[in-house]
Amino acid sequence: MTIEGFIALYIFMLAAFTGYEIISKVPVILHTPLMSGSNFVHGIVLVGTMVALGQATTPLEQAIGFVAVILAAGNAVGGYVVTERMLEMFKTSKKDDKKGDNA
Amino acid sequence: MSLIINLAYFAAAVLFIVGLKQMSSPTTARPGIMWAGVGMVLATVVTFVHPEVSGRVNYTLIVLGIVIGGGLAWWSGKKVAMTDMPQMIALYNGMGGGAAAGIGAIYLLQASPESVTNTGLAIATTGSLIGSVAFSGSLVAYAKLQGLMKKTFHFPGQQVANIAIFAITVILGFMLATGGGEIGSATLLLFFILSLAFGILMTLPIGGADMPVVISLYNALTGLAVGLKGIVLDNPALMIAGIVVGAAGTLLTQLMAKAMNRPISNILFSQFGGGGGGAEEAIEGTMKEVQANDAGIMMAFAEKVIIVPGYGMAVAQAQHKVWEFTQLLQKRGVDVKFAIHPVAGRMPGHMNVLLAEAGVPYDIIFDLDEINEEFKTADVAMVIGANDVVNPVARTNPDSPIYGMPILNADQAHNVICVKRGKGSGFSGIENHLFYADNNQMLYGDGQKVAAELVASVKALG
Repeated sequence: MTIEGFIALYIFMLAAFTGYEIISKVPVILHTPLMSGSNFVHGIVLVGTMVALGQATTPLEQAIGFVAVILAAGNAVGGYVVTERMLEMFKTSKKDDKKGDNA
Repeated sequence: MSLIINLAYFAAAVLFIVGLKQMSSPTTARPGIMWAGVGMVLATVVTFVHPEVSGRVNYTLIVLGIVIGGGLAWWSGKKVAMTDMPQMIALYNGMGGGAAAGIGAIYLLQASPESVTNTGLAIATTGSLIGSVAFSGSLVAYAKLQGLMKKTFHFPGQQVANIAIFAITVILGFMLATGGGEIGSATLLLFFILSLAFGILMTLPIGGADMPVVISLYNALTGLAVGLKGIVLDNPALMIAGIVVGAAGTLLTQLMAKAMNRPISNILFSQFGGGGGGAEEAIEGTMKEVQANDAGIMMAFAEKVIIVPGYGMAVAQAQHKVWEFTQLLQKRGVDVKFAIHPVAGRMPGHMNVLLAEAGVPYDIIFDLDEINEEFKTADVAMVIGANDVVNPVARTNPDSPIYGMPILNADQAHNVICVKRGKGSGFSGIENHLFYADNNQMLYGDGQKVAAELVASVKALG
């Protein structure tokens, strides 16, 4: 903990408002992909598990770290794959107007 | 070197926020998840040169773990059917919670009086508790939705037992947090066992219908746990991404609970769908049956048709045929719209995904608020695989368990056709009064077969 207590609290507060703001304008049709997408974003825990495992010194710590990395990688990769698959399917009725475009 | 790492984490945090923001509109959602993906890869890659990561064995284990975990998730994510999406999200989410708990376990194992502060210990302990609960709870949610665990689980004094376990866990956590780094491994082990047990016990009594809200809640909890681990590990990317998800997930949970007209506390601490609850009103009228051919012709000559799809349609894999039928009607000049109840499917937005999979464009799909007034002007409302979400007792009978739940006013259309597998009540076990209404006709049969017959009947018209 080198980030000072209050700085951490400020980051915490601002991030919380950001999260709240981002979601508040999402149409219901995107709720499932969005839940899946936010599920993907907390897959960043992978970075944390890598650091934790990287500091491990005993076999027990290494074992826990190893399992944690597997779980975190599953969270990140799985979250991405299913979100992408869902979003890929959303189309408008004005299809094929612009091929390869995002619209 | 640390500058590069910090820059990469900063960029990842920005990309996550931008990505989530873009996911709030269907046109930009796909690039949104891709940007978030870029952020994830960036953050992961630079972590390999993180100064605190060392040891050849550790590096090997990291790479091996990513390959195993990532590979399995890639394979399962590509394979899973769209109908099974909610439990898959629960599973991946649980894995994240478990990972956060694992970080906490290592931190607490390594803690020594010189290296830690009580604040650090308290945050690590809290994060571990939340992560463990999200982990075991999500696994139970997964098992329930996957059909591995059919029954809800009750025993006398369950709530008291849950509270007791939670209280003991908190006391152990308090001991860990104030121990100044002198942590007994027995205390630590018991703390994690009880945390996991609490997650299981809390989720067991919750019925399948409420699972989406629970999954969403655990998603928010995992986010929070990850954010707390970010503080412990001094990693702003973890902090920001975790807390953003924690807050967004909390709001999403509230929105879902609101759509189902069920306070979150009610979902978590009471049991739904067990007994019928309240006196059933006597039902007036009789059920009338209609043949697919007649129903198809009726819709072919209508001006406006609203289709109300439910999870039953997706289970029958009928959405492709329904879309084919819709296109035939559109060619004849019929105005066809889809009306989606917030809890159609297994979580808000799930039905939209299932329709999108069949190729239905999202601009003819409407939410409850957008379309409810239009039922009055519709010639035909076709309800396929849905039940409780069109049951008028939610408006009329205060004794009904679903009273007050917003419903789609399909009963106000001039004619209603309910496609249903057989006679019987819906998910909640409540009789649907719409089936007995004068303007309603029942079309019995498997969703896919009925839809195919409807297609044939319109094609026969030429």
